[in-house]
This record gives sequence, structure tokens and C-alpha cells, in this order.
Amino acid sequence: MARALITVPRTAKRGEILEIRALVQHPMETGYRRSSEGDLLPRDLIRRFSCRFVESGKTDDTGVIVIAATLHAAIAANPYLSFNLRAATSGTLAFNWEGDNGFSHREQVALIVT
Amino acid sequence: MRKIGVATRVIALAMLGFVSLAVAQSTRQSGFDFMQPATQALQKDDTQNPAMLWVKDGQAIWAQRDGATQKSCADCHGDIKRTRGVAARYPQYSAEAKGVINLSQQINQCRTTHQQAKAWPAEDASLLGVETAIAVESRGQPLAPPAQSQLVDAQKRGEAAFDRRIGQVDLSCRDCHESLAGKRLGGNIIPQGHPTGYPIYRLEWQAVGSLQRRLRNCMTAVRSEPYPYGASELVDLEAYLANRAAGMQLESPGVRP
Repeated sequence: MARALITVPRTAKRGEILEIRALVQHPMETGYRRSSEGDLLPRDLIRRFSCRFVESGKTDDTGVIVIAATLHAAIAANPYLSFNLRAATSGTLAFNWEGDNGFSHREQVALIVT
Repeated sequence: MRKIGVATRVIALAMLGFVSLAVAQSTRQSGFDFMQPATQALQKDDTQNPAMLWVKDGQAIWAQRDGATQKSCADCHGDIKRTRGVAARYPQYSAEAKGVINLSQQINQCRTTHQQAKAWPAEDASLLGVETAIAVESRGQPLAPPAQSQLVDAQKRGEAAFDRRIGQVDLSCRDCHESLAGKRLGGNIIPQGHPTGYPIYRLEWQAVGSLQRRLRNCMTAVRSEPYPYGASELVDLEAYLANRAAGMQLESPGVRP
């Protein structure tokens, strides 16, 4: 059960710079650790994080990537990422995390620009 | 300046001798006060505190119907916000369990009796989620163990355990968490051991864990055999710690190094 906590200001003024925060639940198992029984714990990482901005009225498949990141083993469990974004028009922010063992988690947050 | 400092210290020492209890009460500090500013910031900001992921899990489970009776926590207890203050009153005596139990045991008791569902194993993510979601509602409330004779007995047994030297290292809880509190153990500052932030997100665990997990960690660290999860000895110790920290504010979910 993956959960994410996303913090986006509810409304923003045009041209304003916003801070977006995204925290996701994931063990980020490195593949180097051993269990108390001595067995190697299999690697289980989030490999890629991306956030797309979809302008209001357009379909999900369009949209612009505003940030994308490749994650590696040295990143702590439950990765927290924050980034800044300039508000231009209203729309939806679509977050996507993908990783090992078919891990995939998506979240959508509306952004209202006045 | 220096003379004043010495004089203050003499007075402090004199006070320590005569009214040691009062001094101990006024100098109680949460583990939070011993942490680095960066770790404190992680706990203070709910948008960064990773334990909030467990809270979100727990809030979802609160509304989920489960077990043979197909009841949810909300069906009996209503909105989770109504549990304000509850987490600050555990461990407490339960007539149903015929003994002193902690909050996670109470949750499991509700599961087995009212939901007729299987009890969650110790440190199960769902159990920790519900416990954390209940605890966060009591944030800022003072720890308030109820006045129950059975609880007083448990606190006494817990205090005896707190003073008992254990393990190959031959240390009692008091040796470190009172006599040496504020000093360093390796790179870490030894806290006073107040259970004000539980369940906590411990950076070392990279996950949320219970007070019993933390107590078992300490027992292993002094090279003694830890009591199993749910053992009455651990609950007694929890009861004593809650009483020792009575009046201190609950700050769940805490972040600890």
C-alpha cells in the first residue's frame, strides 16, 4: 500500500513561484543489506519520479514535464522531494513514481491560478 | 560571571539534595530537545514528517469495515477526531483484558471482540497506522495516566524494572536515562527517555515503530534478552514511563535519530 503526501498551495497568483512538496511511502531497499537471518534483502527502489503539468481542459496524455528525477540506492526510505514552479495557468499536476517490482504510484492535484 | 555561576551551581546542588523530585520535574525534557535542528524541523512540519504517511494509512483503516461483524472503527467511535486525549491515557487498566494494556493492545482487543477480525501482529504497518492516527489527535495534550489501583501496581513493577541492572553490560534504564542523560553515547546524546513522541518515525529504522520496539532495542544494546512483544513486563515499563512523564505534552508522531 503506497501512499503519498503532496503539498501544493490551493490557489496561486499568476507569475507566483510555488513550492511543491511530494513525499511517498517506499522502503528504498538498497539490495546490499541482509536480514537478521543473513539473507540478502532484494533490491527494491523507486527508479523514476516525474511531475507533469496538464493545462485545464486538455486530456491526461498531453501535458508538460515540469520535473523528472532518477532515484538511486543512496536515497533514504520514503523519499521526499520538493521543487519550485512558476504558476502560469490553472491545471492539474500529475505525479508519478515508478520503480522495481512493477512499483507505480500516481497522484493528481489541481492547481488554481487566479 | 564566574562567581555567580559557581553560586548558582551550589544552590542547584543544595536543591537537588532537599527537593530532588521537584528538580527532576522541572528539568524534564523531551527527546525532541536533544535533537539536531534538522531532525526537529522534520518532526515539526507535517508536510515533511514521514510518519504522516502512516497517519494517512491509519485514517483510511479507521473507516474500513472489517471482520465477521463488518464494522469499522468509525461505526462505534465516530470521527477519529473524537479520540482526542485517548492516546495520552494509555497504558491503562482494561476490565475486558483483566490487566494493564497499551494502546496497540486496545486496538487489537477491539479488532478481536467487536470486529471479530484477526489481531494484527506486533509492529504490523496497519496496527502502527491506526495507533499513529489516534496518537496524532492527542498532540499537545499532557500525558495523563488515569488513577487506577491496577495501573499503580503496574507502574511500581515498571519502576523496579527501570532500576534493575540487566545484560552483560550490567546497566539499568536509570543509569543512562537519568544519571547520564544529556551526555553522549558514541555520537548521540542520551535522552531522558520520556515516551512523548510514540509511535515514532526513527531515522535508523526508516519506518514508524512502537515504544516496545524502542525498549527492546535498548535491552539488546545492553546485551540482555529482550522480552517478547506484548509481554506484561514491557507494558509495566511503558506504564511507569508514562507516569514518569505525566504532564509532559504528547508530540506524536515524533521523529527520532
